[in-house]
Amino acid sequence: MESLERIIAEQPFVEGLESYYLQLLVGCARNVVFEAGHTVFREGEEAHEFYLLRHGKVAIEIHAPQRPPIVVETLADGDVLGWSWLIPPHHWRFTARAVTQVRAIALDGKCLRTKCEANHDLGYELLKRFADIMSRRVDAARYQVIDVYGGGVNQ
Amino acid sequence: MSPDDPMLPVAYRVEKVTKETRDTFTLVTRRVDRAPRHAFEPGQFSMLYVCAVGELPISISGDTADKQNLTYTVRSVGQVTNQLVSLGVGDTLGVRGPFGVPWPVEEARGKDVVVVAGGIGLAPLRPVLYHILRRREEYGRLVLLYGARSPQDQLFRKELTQWSQAPESRVLTTVDYGGVNWHGHVGVVTTMFRYVRLRPERTIAMVCGPEIMMRFVARELETRGVERSQIRVSMERNMKCGCGFCGHCQYGPDFICKDGPVFSYDRIQSRMEAYEI
Repeated sequence: MESLERIIAEQPFVEGLESYYLQLLVGCARNVVFEAGHTVFREGEEAHEFYLLRHGKVAIEIHAPQRPPIVVETLADGDVLGWSWLIPPHHWRFTARAVTQVRAIALDGKCLRTKCEANHDLGYELLKRFADIMSRRVDAARYQVIDVYGGGVNQ
Repeated sequence: MSPDDPMLPVAYRVEKVTKETRDTFTLVTRRVDRAPRHAFEPGQFSMLYVCAVGELPISISGDTADKQNLTYTVRSVGQVTNQLVSLGVGDTLGVRGPFGVPWPVEEARGKDVVVVAGGIGLAPLRPVLYHILRRREEYGRLVLLYGARSPQDQLFRKELTQWSQAPESRVLTTVDYGGVNWHGHVGVVTTMFRYVRLRPERTIAMVCGPEIMMRFVARELETRGVERSQIRVSMERNMKCGCGFCGHCQYGPDFICKDGPVFSYDRIQSRMEAYEI
């Protein structure tokens, strides 16, 4: 059976992370499986975890009254799901739904926040990694709102 | 009158029309005079003339191995394209060309090929895919990343499935807006790079789509270690003559119709980022 440490070490999010920090993460981690259609978390709920996706696909949705939810993004193998655990008031801003069966590592946000407060080097490492993810997602969101395919396009 | 004169349209008849999406159609055309069709290379375009309406540059989206027909995929966005997509089997149109610099399919031999297409930008790249898939052993890994506005706007859906089943090939598609019943990826095409492992030192990339999308994709490829000289993009401007005479498609020191439409990214990167051009 694969150890949790080895599974986490294979995730792109922790690439290059020192073994000592990896051990600290492992102490807050557990394996989870979500079946297709399962709501991983719901907008407004307390955000006490984030997820390293091993296999499967998750849709990030915005709920809108009297119409189906709007899927703004999908995440899949190797992606990180959720950063609201890091930012007060620690409530999910969106809803995440498993599109397929999802196998993931769940990391306890409260446990990690406590460790980051106690060890700022760990906190800085994690913040740098989350900042990179956030920056890429903001870029993608900006590009998405341009609606480049809506107007004139190359032929 | 010579049929090879690049300024004179040759009559082609529409043999088949396929509706790809709500506003995009593929026309298979054949010379009316039964002479051999114009020779072309992947990435080249023709000037298509609709009698009494006008003329437009349209990339050839068919297979170079099809020795009888010239195939075009046209999105209805204006007066001439509205007329083009209204043509039925048996109707005729004028064809000049083909024109322009093709995709570097020979230079790509032996390398991994990353094809990135957005929207109707898949049409000019389809001949590249046909070419490589027919000579699969002569190329390295093939990756196709295709982004469209919505699932309904995806072109060549059956072929996308077929291409994904070819050996040593990876096809990833995504849409900017997907409903809850869509089980594919949602997100812009650049986000698909997360799911492929490139070998940058042996990769050549061919990119076609809206110019903003190509800029983002080229930056993503650079970030992943692909040399600018190994990134090719297909540009579009207001082309009229197709031969570099009229100057309508001037792009800095180049004419898109004659020096392009396919350019090496290192040659035009600064122009792509300039506000004035």
